[in-house]
Amino acid sequence: MPVPTDPDPKVRSYAHPDRLVSTAWLAEHLGEPGLVVAESDEDVLLYDTGHIPGSVKLDWHTDLNDPVTRDYVDGVRFAELMAERGIGRDSTVVLYGDKSNWWAAYALWVFTLFGHPDVRLLDGGRAAWIGEQRPLTRDPSSPARASYPVVARADDPIRAFREDVLAHLGMPLIDVRSPQEYSGELLHMPDYPQEGALRGGHIPGAASVPWARAAEADGRFRSVEELRAIYEGEAGLHSDDEVVVYCRIGERSSHTWFVLTHLLGYPHVRNYDGSWTEWGNAVRVPIVQGSLPQGGAGE
Amino acid sequence: MSQPLPPTLAELVEDFAGVQAPQRLQLLLELSDELPELPERYAGHTELLERVDECASPLFLAVEVDPQQRVRLFFEAPPEAPTTRGFAGLLHRGLDGEPAEQVLAVPDDFYMRLGLATAVSPLRLRGLAAMLARIKRNVRAQLVSGGEATG
Repeated sequence: MPVPTDPDPKVRSYAHPDRLVSTAWLAEHLGEPGLVVAESDEDVLLYDTGHIPGSVKLDWHTDLNDPVTRDYVDGVRFAELMAERGIGRDSTVVLYGDKSNWWAAYALWVFTLFGHPDVRLLDGGRAAWIGEQRPLTRDPSSPARASYPVVARADDPIRAFREDVLAHLGMPLIDVRSPQEYSGELLHMPDYPQEGALRGGHIPGAASVPWARAAEADGRFRSVEELRAIYEGEAGLHSDDEVVVYCRIGERSSHTWFVLTHLLGYPHVRNYDGSWTEWGNAVRVPIVQGSLPQGGAGE
Repeated sequence: MSQPLPPTLAELVEDFAGVQAPQRLQLLLELSDELPELPERYAGHTELLERVDECASPLFLAVEVDPQQRVRLFFEAPPEAPTTRGFAGLLHRGLDGEPAEQVLAVPDDFYMRLGLATAVSPLRLRGLAAMLARIKRNVRAQLVSGGEATG
């Protein structure tokens, strides 16, 4: 049975209030049957330094990515992963993590590829929980093994591939990387290692809205009015648009995918997980440099 | 086997290689916890330290070669980046106080023997390789210049 949703007014103000919970809600429901809390971080050891009591770890790289092909795990591996972490198909899963839920949102997007019915984000993630002096533990969690059906991944509704993006040119695209990556000055995030793109710039027509603008300084999501002002007022999106979001490998853009899909309620948003590490290396795909969507700035 | 590793580093490699992947993460966490604080002359002076850009999280290091040609290593990495701290802890425990020549002889790919690729992913291991490369470059430069500390 699904665990009740959060009645918090801020949570209720978003388009899909069943996809978000507050820290107070989680503290109240922790340990309830049917609820599994999972932490997903950039750093594979951060969970082990202290996590929400009873939570399990999900690593974006070692758990959710296929170890050989550049792709996500298939239905068989996902079912095994879920079973091992004590997650059943009817479990309510609450995901949280570091960096304003950057990696937790990525995990949520992967859960959505498998159509997991009830998966939610903890607003503010790890930092918000710690900021309120709520408990962490180093005690390992040992969930009872669950049974999870093998479900085929349904990529089409929320995942875009390179060919899809080429066919999408001229329609709304959001580039969520830093302004320097967008303009082509940098091939990687400031302060992060180069991950191998041969060309810099952005996909023609993409509007630049760095992902972190959707979050407050404390890591929680901005209000629905503020989000509308950013994505509709500044970036010019409409709720019925078909939108493709991208970043470098599809993780930062999962955060924006969550904002557009679940907080603003856009029904047609896809994440291009090939993102710049594919586009910036692909032969003869169009690229624009400079700070404007169609180029021109500084040239 | 290629070059022999300095004894403490060799022991660490054996510890890692001798256990399963989840325990390797625990070993790395211990090394992260045990990374010593910077001494007073470096604390709060990141301008004296070298930034390792290849790490996903900020990491700073300083390398000294003492008059006996032994290598002293100093690291700073935030607690929110335990993997990076763990790599620093591994190199600190394994190489601090070792003769410069032995440090230079550590194979660049020694980390492949730790069995961490499956536990932390090959991508994240690049930070460890980069730290070792920078340590060696500093040691080499100081041997040439006669032991002056460079950050």
